[in-house]
Amino acid sequence: MSLKSYEIQRRPDWAALIIAAGLALFGAVILWDSARLADLGGYSGVGPGTVPKVVGIGLILLAVWTVAAALRGDFPERPRQQPAPVLWIVAGLAGQLILLKIAGFSIATGILFAFTARAFGKRNLALTLPVGIVFSFAVWMVFSQLLMLNLPAGPLEHLFFGGAR
Amino acid sequence: MSAFDFLLQGLATAADPMLLFYALIGVTLGTAVGVLPGIGPALTVALLLPVTYRLDPAGSLIMFAGIYYGGMYGGSTTSILLNTPGESASIITALEGNKMARKGRGGPALATAAIGSFVAGLIATLLLAFLAPSVVKLALVFGPREYFALMVLAFVTVSSAFGDSTLRGLTSLFLGFGLACVGIDQLTGQARMSFGVPDLLDGIEVTTLAVAMFAVGEALAIAALGNTGEDKVHAIKGSVWMNRSDWARSWKPWLRGTFIGFPIGAMPAGGAEIGTFLSYATEKKLTKHPEEFGHGAIEGVAGPEAANNASAAGTLVPLLTLGLPTTATAAIMLAGFQQFGLQPGPLLFATNPELVWGLIASLLIANAMLLVLNLPMIGLWVKLLTIPKPWLYAGILLFATLGTIGANPSTFELGMLLVFGLVGYGMRVFGYPIAPIVVGLILGPMAEQQLRRALSISQGDWTVLLTSPIAAGMLAVAALALIVPLVLRMRGRGAVLSQLAGDED
Repeated sequence: MSLKSYEIQRRPDWAALIIAAGLALFGAVILWDSARLADLGGYSGVGPGTVPKVVGIGLILLAVWTVAAALRGDFPERPRQQPAPVLWIVAGLAGQLILLKIAGFSIATGILFAFTARAFGKRNLALTLPVGIVFSFAVWMVFSQLLMLNLPAGPLEHLFFGGAR
Repeated sequence: MSAFDFLLQGLATAADPMLLFYALIGVTLGTAVGVLPGIGPALTVALLLPVTYRLDPAGSLIMFAGIYYGGMYGGSTTSILLNTPGESASIITALEGNKMARKGRGGPALATAAIGSFVAGLIATLLLAFLAPSVVKLALVFGPREYFALMVLAFVTVSSAFGDSTLRGLTSLFLGFGLACVGIDQLTGQARMSFGVPDLLDGIEVTTLAVAMFAVGEALAIAALGNTGEDKVHAIKGSVWMNRSDWARSWKPWLRGTFIGFPIGAMPAGGAEIGTFLSYATEKKLTKHPEEFGHGAIEGVAGPEAANNASAAGTLVPLLTLGLPTTATAAIMLAGFQQFGLQPGPLLFATNPELVWGLIASLLIANAMLLVLNLPMIGLWVKLLTIPKPWLYAGILLFATLGTIGANPSTFELGMLLVFGLVGYGMRVFGYPIAPIVVGLILGPMAEQQLRRALSISQGDWTVLLTSPIAAGMLAVAALALIVPLVLRMRGRGAVLSQLAGDED
């Protein structure tokens, strides 16, 4: 509004523009999907596609608003982000996801445990990995044997509990 | 029968040893998660949903409510001793409480927080019991259009009335709506947004989204900040008991906090934080020791702590009587009810009175348990604060994925957990509130259903939404709640609103 804010920065906020693009894409997908729904409005005139259409249009409008906010520099300051810890946690979650069916709950979750600990500064995987696997195995015993939760078993679980699930 | 008779009957139900045991587990877990920074009651209830699948509904719900109450108690401990609020409703407590702890008055600060929470919990739970039957009577005249209007009001207050940006609140809400579209349409059975993937036909689980947002997103956001050094825990020196002047200065803020917090929780007006801010402002204005504010005034701990517990009880009014969650924790408790095939609302009071009144009565018992857990046993909880961050977050993610795997051991579900976790991380970094996306996902389909019912009854006439005075009134309030903050922010008066920012719980 004042001259001062005009002078400070007119550099567009690229991250916010990417968010806007994502919102618009999500909105467009919803609109595209709702377009192929048969109009079964019945008495109400409001079919299964109506509300998704409204939501899709809403998301696209919000994307436009986000672009406006990004160009004005309305987005708050962001603290400096360190990519390495984030990647360790994502790798841990992905590792668990891939290994869950093959290696069973304890080993897969042990990897997640060790990688997360590493992201927070415990770097010694030779220590955290065994701790994670043992801890996950204890959790597996309590929840699958005592509380009857259906948790995937792998070689380690079969070793101790024979044919158990 | 009057509310009093129902409450007595409820107490008889709740005195069952098994239910007492569930309540004890609930309050203990609740206190623990309240104390630990990084996890709150919303996440804990979400994690426990799959575990309680095969347990008794009454017991599980009592446990969930105990976690909610306990979280409110435990949060104050972290705020006072560590200056890192354990949950969002305790941010204000950290202002004065941590100053008191630094001066070696941590004991009385903890005591006034715990006793204030007890007083507020007791009064607010009784208010809940005596208010609920009248709200139920009111709710019985509500038709689909009134419910729709009420939900629209809740959407606006949760997403945009408070917080620092209408844009980001609404964006979070609409992301929730978008995710809610996934799955089979409730009224026509058509598959929406499923792209031929069978895993998507059932829709997106509220618990998966909540766990991803609260556990995975939070862990990523904190890890990304890097090591900021160890937080210092202030040891409790001296007695935890309050002296005569502490009592004299505490009792009025407790009562005022209760009567500020309860209505705010009971109205669809967002989380417990707002009440704590108002209570703090009130105490600052009314105190006889204004010079102590900012340097450890006991009133500034007593009032807000009472307010946050009172609003937790208040939130249960719309949840139990209307089936309307106004906080993330309440939204997930609603998912808990639905898991057992129960729909909270006026009908539940008629079809399942033992359960509802047993739940309300057990909250009174849980409140007394919490006082014992939080005063004589405070030393135990303080030990929890010394768990190193790597182990703490590794454990949190272990249990987060355990909950998801337990509910549905599929790779697809874990993939969604990872994707939503990254979305949650992005939302935190860019200052998007988390509660609206969760509330949008669970309330969105309910609002859609009510709207379509209302329009079916009127045969497609949209004016029907405005011809009922109750519905029209609520829609008008919703419009005001959307427009007024927008104007205030444009005129540069948004500072007050952003201070009232609601966070996760």
